[in-house]
Amino acid sequence: MINFEYTRVSSVKAAIDVLAKNPTGSFIAGGTNLIDLMKRGVTAPSRLIDINNLPLKQIEETKTGLSIGALVINSDVEENDIVQKKYPLLAMALKAGASAQLRNMATVGGNIMQRTRCTYFHDTAMPCNKREPGSGCGALQGYNRMHAIFGASDKCIAVHPSDMCIALAALDATVHISGPKGERKILFTNFHRLPGDTPGKDNTLLKGEIIAGVTIPENNFIKNIYYLKIRDRASYAFALVSVAAALELSGETVKNVRLAMGGVAHKPWRLTEAEKFLTGKRVSKETFIQAAEIAMKGAKAYGHNNFKLKMAPAAIVEALMKAAG
Amino acid sequence: MDKKFSTNALHFIDRVDGVQKVTGAAKYSAEYDFPGLVYAVLTGSTIAKGSIVDMDTKAAENAPGVLAVVTHLNSPELPGYKKTAIQANVPETKRGYHVFTDNIIRFNGQPVALTIANTYERAVYAASLVKTKYKEEEHQTDLDAAIKNGKALEGNPYKDYVRGEPDAWKNSEVKIEAEYRMPLEVHNPMEIHAITVVWEGEEKVTVYEKTQTLKTTQQNIMRAFGLKEENVRVITQFVGGAFGSAFNTWPHSMAALIGARKIGKPLKLMLARSQMFTLVGYRPQAIQKINMGATKDGKLTGITHEATAMTSSYQEFTEGIVNASRSLYTCPNVTTRYKVYPLDLSQPTWMRGPGETTGAYALESAMDELADALHLDPIEFRLRNYAETDLENNKPYSSKFLKEAYQLGAEKIKWQDRNPEPRSMKEGDWMIGYGTGTGTFGAWRGDAKVAARLLPDGTLILQSGVTDMGPGTATAMTKLASDIFGISPRNIKFEMGDSNLPPGPFQGGSGTTSSLGTAVHNVCVNMKKKLADLIKDNSIFHTEIVHTVKPEDLLFEDGYMILASDHSKKISYGDALKDAGMKQLELLESSDGNPMNGYSAFSYAVHFVKLMVHAATGVIKIARVVSAVDAGKIVNESTAESQIIGAVVGGIGMSLMEEGVVDHRYGRWVNNNFADYHVAVQADVPHIEVLFVNKPDPILNPIGSKGMGEVGLVGFAAAVSNAVYHATGKRIRELPITPDKLI
Ligand SMILES: Cc1cc2nc3c(=O)[nH]c(=O)nc-3n(C[C@H](O)[C@H](O)[C@H](O)COP(=O)(O)OP(=O)(O)OC[C@H]3O[C@@H](n4cnc5c(N)ncnc54)[C@H](O)[C@@H]3O)c2cc1C
Repeated sequence: MINFEYTRVSSVKAAIDVLAKNPTGSFIAGGTNLIDLMKRGVTAPSRLIDINNLPLKQIEETKTGLSIGALVINSDVEENDIVQKKYPLLAMALKAGASAQLRNMATVGGNIMQRTRCTYFHDTAMPCNKREPGSGCGALQGYNRMHAIFGASDKCIAVHPSDMCIALAALDATVHISGPKGERKILFTNFHRLPGDTPGKDNTLLKGEIIAGVTIPENNFIKNIYYLKIRDRASYAFALVSVAAALELSGETVKNVRLAMGGVAHKPWRLTEAEKFLTGKRVSKETFIQAAEIAMKGAKAYGHNNFKLKMAPAAIVEALMKAAG
Repeated sequence: MDKKFSTNALHFIDRVDGVQKVTGAAKYSAEYDFPGLVYAVLTGSTIAKGSIVDMDTKAAENAPGVLAVVTHLNSPELPGYKKTAIQANVPETKRGYHVFTDNIIRFNGQPVALTIANTYERAVYAASLVKTKYKEEEHQTDLDAAIKNGKALEGNPYKDYVRGEPDAWKNSEVKIEAEYRMPLEVHNPMEIHAITVVWEGEEKVTVYEKTQTLKTTQQNIMRAFGLKEENVRVITQFVGGAFGSAFNTWPHSMAALIGARKIGKPLKLMLARSQMFTLVGYRPQAIQKINMGATKDGKLTGITHEATAMTSSYQEFTEGIVNASRSLYTCPNVTTRYKVYPLDLSQPTWMRGPGETTGAYALESAMDELADALHLDPIEFRLRNYAETDLENNKPYSSKFLKEAYQLGAEKIKWQDRNPEPRSMKEGDWMIGYGTGTGTFGAWRGDAKVAARLLPDGTLILQSGVTDMGPGTATAMTKLASDIFGISPRNIKFEMGDSNLPPGPFQGGSGTTSSLGTAVHNVCVNMKKKLADLIKDNSIFHTEIVHTVKPEDLLFEDGYMILASDHSKKISYGDALKDAGMKQLELLESSDGNPMNGYSAFSYAVHFVKLMVHAATGVIKIARVVSAVDAGKIVNESTAESQIIGAVVGGIGMSLMEEGVVDHRYGRWVNNNFADYHVAVQADVPHIEVLFVNKPDPILNPIGSKGMGEVGLVGFAAAVSNAVYHATGKRIRELPITPDKLI
């Protein structure tokens, strides 16, 4: 690990100011992702700006939905009464992530900002366009079992690793951002980006900005929800494929539906076409199978992850079946 | 435990070092502190094969706190590494590679520099500044490619074996042919390998080293540095798991010794988790073909077992992969072949149930396939081919209670309720499968010495230079001594983990309890004779008929010698010493090598697994495990049970998730960390029920025990694989069985 400076800040303004003065610095929240990356030499911030004292730790019901501060820890979100009652999909996704110990440290902001687990990104002796632009993509013809089947480029086939973010993408959440130029907000589904020719950028957060929190609009996805995560062991493993499914049923008919997948793309992958198809349809396995087929259009695998072409549609159907009850 | 102690009533005692372990008082090799202690960090190569053409260590040397950077350019020539020494005539493949002696790169991650600094963090940082320029050569790390294009190792000590007719399976009435693949698997004990080195001058050293063998470690260091035996002391009080990774004195330990001597300060080196994948061995990858045939009524007529595995380019490693196929079942015609290909990877080594685990995965899967082809129950099929004698060596077994183990396990898991039809049992969305696999591992006994000292306060101190990687050796020996010598375990101190003590056995190969236990047995029995001798004329015991007491007149219980014919006449061991005016009673006894004259000795385990496969997603949940074990007499039941539980947990990892992955383009590991290399976590492990036949082996040693640490893993992966077949109707012939293979 390379030496670094350390500052603890207690206001959002101070955080932004210190970062402005230290453009090679980095915020640190739970540290569960950043410290690992520093240890392996993947990143070497000149200054850690500790934001754990910022007043961004509230979970509040608002007139239009729910607001969660960026520094609320994952386990507090998961166990929160309102979240459990009104946004159970989010609770379920959070519980599927990492381990209890990690969830006790990990923050909402850190979770959104966590970097890919692509092994080539993590080993500085390997090529990786995300870490070192122009060095090549090690995964493209390498060991790509965990990698993308949607929206990848020949520069990068890494996936976004979070579980929480899949639920937030499905629930039409919004990311609230503060920066030197004031505040702005952006739809969750637009926050992360596809790799294209610039895989170094995971998302649309601009230099100097900080995530203040997320909001989720009120919804009726309460009874018929499911977060399905397929992984190599029962806990403490990233998703091979995951599906967040939320249904609002009127009798046997789908009134409203949200679908998003994890482990398949560089960003939480919302299945809008499948959602459109399902809306107004009667609940049945056949319909779900058709929806899965629609969702899989354009999927492309790279060798070790060929199985995802089968696993992903199976997971969509299974998650919808579970959600429908 | 505070109840009045009575020998034989207890099946187990608690771990004697349990409190030390859970309170953190137990010291592991990286936990010794000395004034002026410095820290060393290894930099690894980033190519798999070639040579170093240039090194720049200036930036590292000038970094804050750095004391030295050792490389092949400035490493002293060790007497044991000298070109003129006898060793130089031994090819590298026989003796292993010597760290920092040349510029040749043999594997990706090979140590190229040792950076020493006054704090760990500074050493880590400076090590990252070492710049190495390589001349790359074409490497081969892919076993499949090596088989196609490469050359197998010559002089493999495991020769082809033919009993009866070669490849007789071909002419059988019912036959199967199958190929099974097992990936690289890494020991990954919780405790990372570490060494703390303290030199006194250049000729005398004490090392605190993670090792399973004090004696070999001591000798390796003596030889390399040309030191006298009395000047090399190895201390290993505690080992946090090893599974076979701590037999060798690995290059990192030699590097630490070289570095510490160079700068003349106590030095500590602990590997990083990622280095645990390349610097301390692993279970070699293996591809195995089993062709097997039987008569229609289920009598084996031919087994051909061909294994192909790998070793490093610079050192031979072979193990008994095909051995069990020759003797586990009674089959007149057996052919085994075993080839090993050298690859440009680091050195593999023994890993729990070495060889046998790999072999049994194939053999026991094939047995299930053939049983299926014969429409026979897999247990019934095994019973029809039960070996009453060892056909490979033409010897009777010292003891064999495998039948009893089958019965115990089958009853417990209710094997008879299983519908034999594959894919026939369901619970909701889950397909249910039952599977079984048998494991065997050689039992033996080696040399060991134990010193005993009885004190007037009744304390018995036992000492032996053995280490304990976790099974609870001190606990088992305390229990044994307590039973034989007739005193409370609380009055026994078992001291170990120091090469200055009388040499104990190495810990491994499931031989520690047998070897060390024999010496403990002998020392306790003879100590009783000595005690009896002390009081033979003591008037306490005089009756009308007894004037001189003989040992056989006495009971030895609860720390007392008691006259068998009149229990009111007794004397405590301590008082016997005091009466004789003795400060202590000392004795040194040993176990001598293998006493097997004319017998074959094996332990057995039968694993039964119930699992569930999720039909839509291919996710597997192990629902229940019953392991029935014939390991002779069980010395201490609780720690013995833990051995099997630990092995089964390892087996769950092996069958469902563990897989070392190398990117062959770079010859470099891609999952060398605990996030990517999956071992079983709590949520993957169901309740594991362990049953012991618990019948003494009358031949192997006086305590009746066989071995058990290894056998608990052997055959387990086959049980899982067979259960997956039973659940789904799909044969997955490649470990680990991950969800993608079932979808
Ligand atoms: C072994 C392991 C297994 C895991 N398994 C899973 C899993 O199965 N599913 C899953 O979803 N996750 C998993 N995780 C990842 C875990 O969820 C993340 O590490 C965690 O959410 C990161 O949060 P943190 O607060 O610790 O972030 P930090 O490590 O503190 O920060 C991460 C990044 O976010 C930036 N950052 C933090 N807060 C803000 C903010 N408010 N505004 C702007 N930038 C910010 C930091 O600068 C840094 O770049 C796993 C992690 C590990 C180590």
